[in-house]
Amino acid sequence: MTEFLIKNGFVFDPTLKIKGDVADVAIKNGKIVETDAVKKPKVIDASGKTVMAGGLEIHAHIAGPKVNVGRIYRPEDKLFNATAGLKATPTHMNTRMEGGFSIPTTYKTGYNYARLGYTTAMEAAMPPLFARHVHEEMRDTPIIDEGAYPVFGNNWFVLEYIKNREINNTAAYIAWLLEATKGFAIKSVNPGGTEAWGWGLNCLQVTDPVPYFDVTPQEITTGLIEANELLGLPHSLHIHGNNLGNPGNYTTTLDTLKAAEGHKAKNKFHREQVLHHTHIQFHSYGGDKWANFESKARPIMDYVNKHKNITVDVGFVTLDETTTMTADGPFEHHLTELNHLKWANVDVELETAAGVVPYVYSPDIFVCGVQWAIGLEIALLSKDPMRCFITTDHPNAGPFTRYPRILKWLMSQKARDEQIKAFKNSDKVVNGSEIASFDRELTLYEVAAMTRAGPAKALGLSHMYGGLKPGLDADVAVYNFNPEKENSPDEIEKAFSTVQYLFKTGEKIIKDGEIVSNGNKRTLWVHAKVEENPQVMRDIEEKFVKYYTVTKGNYEVHGKHFIPNPLAIEVDAT
Amino acid sequence: MNTVTLTPKKQSDLYLEVNNITPDMFAGKSTEQIAALPVYVGNTEHPLGEFFTVTGAAGASAAETRIVIKGDSSRLKYIGMKMTAGEIEVEGSADQYVGGWMAGGKIHVQGNVQAFAGVGMRGGELLVDGNAGDYLGAAYRGDWRGMQGGKIYIKGNAGSDLGYFMNGGTIVVDGDVDVFVGTHAEGGTIIIKGNAKSKVGGQMVQGEIYVFGTIDVMLPGYIYRQELEKEVEGMKGKFALFEGDTAERHPKRKGQLQYAKLYLKQ
Repeated sequence: MTEFLIKNGFVFDPTLKIKGDVADVAIKNGKIVETDAVKKPKVIDASGKTVMAGGLEIHAHIAGPKVNVGRIYRPEDKLFNATAGLKATPTHMNTRMEGGFSIPTTYKTGYNYARLGYTTAMEAAMPPLFARHVHEEMRDTPIIDEGAYPVFGNNWFVLEYIKNREINNTAAYIAWLLEATKGFAIKSVNPGGTEAWGWGLNCLQVTDPVPYFDVTPQEITTGLIEANELLGLPHSLHIHGNNLGNPGNYTTTLDTLKAAEGHKAKNKFHREQVLHHTHIQFHSYGGDKWANFESKARPIMDYVNKHKNITVDVGFVTLDETTTMTADGPFEHHLTELNHLKWANVDVELETAAGVVPYVYSPDIFVCGVQWAIGLEIALLSKDPMRCFITTDHPNAGPFTRYPRILKWLMSQKARDEQIKAFKNSDKVVNGSEIASFDRELTLYEVAAMTRAGPAKALGLSHMYGGLKPGLDADVAVYNFNPEKENSPDEIEKAFSTVQYLFKTGEKIIKDGEIVSNGNKRTLWVHAKVEENPQVMRDIEEKFVKYYTVTKGNYEVHGKHFIPNPLAIEVDAT
Repeated sequence: MNTVTLTPKKQSDLYLEVNNITPDMFAGKSTEQIAALPVYVGNTEHPLGEFFTVTGAAGASAAETRIVIKGDSSRLKYIGMKMTAGEIEVEGSADQYVGGWMAGGKIHVQGNVQAFAGVGMRGGELLVDGNAGDYLGAAYRGDWRGMQGGKIYIKGNAGSDLGYFMNGGTIVVDGDVDVFVGTHAEGGTIIIKGNAKSKVGGQMVQGEIYVFGTIDVMLPGYIYRQELEKEVEGMKGKFALFEGDTAERHPKRKGQLQYAKLYLKQ
């Protein structure tokens, strides 16, 4: 493989503790190497530019049935933004047809992450029954490495085992399902609440029992944490808590986070957290109705800052028209009742559900302005950028392509002030939040922690991703951004919108902002070895015979068709 | 006002997408620059001059620019798309999406227009001497934002799904209309001087429909309220007022539920 030497860039890398010093980065055989280990490298002049590891997306909805429902029932999302395909014009020599804004085509998803300097992304909610569809879409998403989190929080096996306090069986079932669906981590969405939705109910508090199963969200969360640490998986339990999106829900969120108390991470991947709470912006709301809606980012972040065994991602509201989609079925129904826009809903037998509703985060609506403020407050209140990550819960709070705009708001108080002024209800937004009083501006070193090193560590993938340390995968992004210059807010956004160069496992993907290669994408999954468990195997057989509409053989994900290029992370829990 | 005349010199194999034929795009450009504007055949780009001879001169601004398209335009899509000012005169018939998303100015088509004319229209005027196709003044596929403002006048008949998701503006049809009128509409005025078939005002939340002729099948979701005297489009008459669609949600104003109004001439 070609050797590269990226010379004289301003390097930002928390794994090497480099804070913008001018340094060289060398690439050989797909890995980062010491600069004297390359003999005849192709030299990339990065002087005056910013060099970071490839970005890591810890939570986005980018592949699978609910994303595709969004694509199918929102043709208007592709209106005026589709581009011609392969070789139709000189600027599209290596890319296929692209379309969509909030729910882009698989190809556009891969290209757009690459253009932002991202090299890995995690699909945040894989319904196990439709794992094959998820993998087919990930297969068709070029360049970036991907993994998917199967959802467990409303799964009948899990609910039954946890009700009986059978953590060993829960863990054995999880290990089986991760292998059957080629999943990466344990996701829990509105634990218990989505199953309750099948009964026309919801679990809004962590103590609300699930109908029939008679377990509480609290018990589900604790049980999944214990099972996760029993297995020693690379990632922790990845939770979307109960009561999302409702005024006053921050108390539920604190209750959810308390499930982590007393638990310690046990794994060989240097992961320290036992609970990752995702898109916590949607869970940090005060007030008791929309009229007195307000930010509770501070009590949430006070708690998160104090508890080192918790990580969060934000879910920034980007003030766009977007498409919400989640396995939180009851929430999507709630949303369509609010905005009267089209609603899609599906129940996934024995496992989960999902809903899809378009949503317009309008700067003219006071609640949307406060939601925007809460996202930024969470990031700016974070004392440890290695535990607080940048996401938009794509596409729920906004499309991931807005990351550069989020960086602008995080890195520039002026940019925030301009946006506050632009709100129609500016005074009400300021009263309902603290954002106007914040003068913190994030540094690129902190940004590198929030988008690279931090997510890599939380995912248990710091041995591969997230830094520029020799031995790590050669995922490197070079941005046309000089941190020593005075940069206007719009210059920040522009510079991070299209990477100048991008390398993925040592291959040059983007040159001068143009995609030159579709790379060699890999699918990450976790192979957890557990002691033989005849009871769980019998339960699985029984459920397939009695309840599932498919056979086990038509359920499992096997073979090159679904995963042409797998990368299994091995875990031994025997 | 200056006039640019486009005279066809070659037919395209496929339908030609001419969203750049607008006063906004032509304003301030020479005839050579106009001839160099891209038009689309499938996924390939061609200069406008390959299909048209461009004569005359454009004005300095869109408002000062008038475009005349000679000959047969029945294979041209997106004439006047997103235009904000100025005028377009189509001497023949036009294909789909005439005046789609237009915000101002005036389009006059002497022949017929195909489906999706005035889709997502926000302002301005679209006048058609002949017939209109389906989805006149409607929303784009999947969208909930149909016609928002402006006026559409059809001297002939119109097709089905007229004013689908309409939110504002006025559509007048001198002739008859096909099924589905004002479906999902939340505002605006639809005036049908001829007859309507069925599904008039289905799932309509707010807005007004006037029918001067007959409706073959009324929707059961409409309730008769009263008879009243009205002047519409210069014609006076007695109308029966129905309110609906009661199968749909309706917003409240001052404690009163707001319904869509369907006026049927007596």
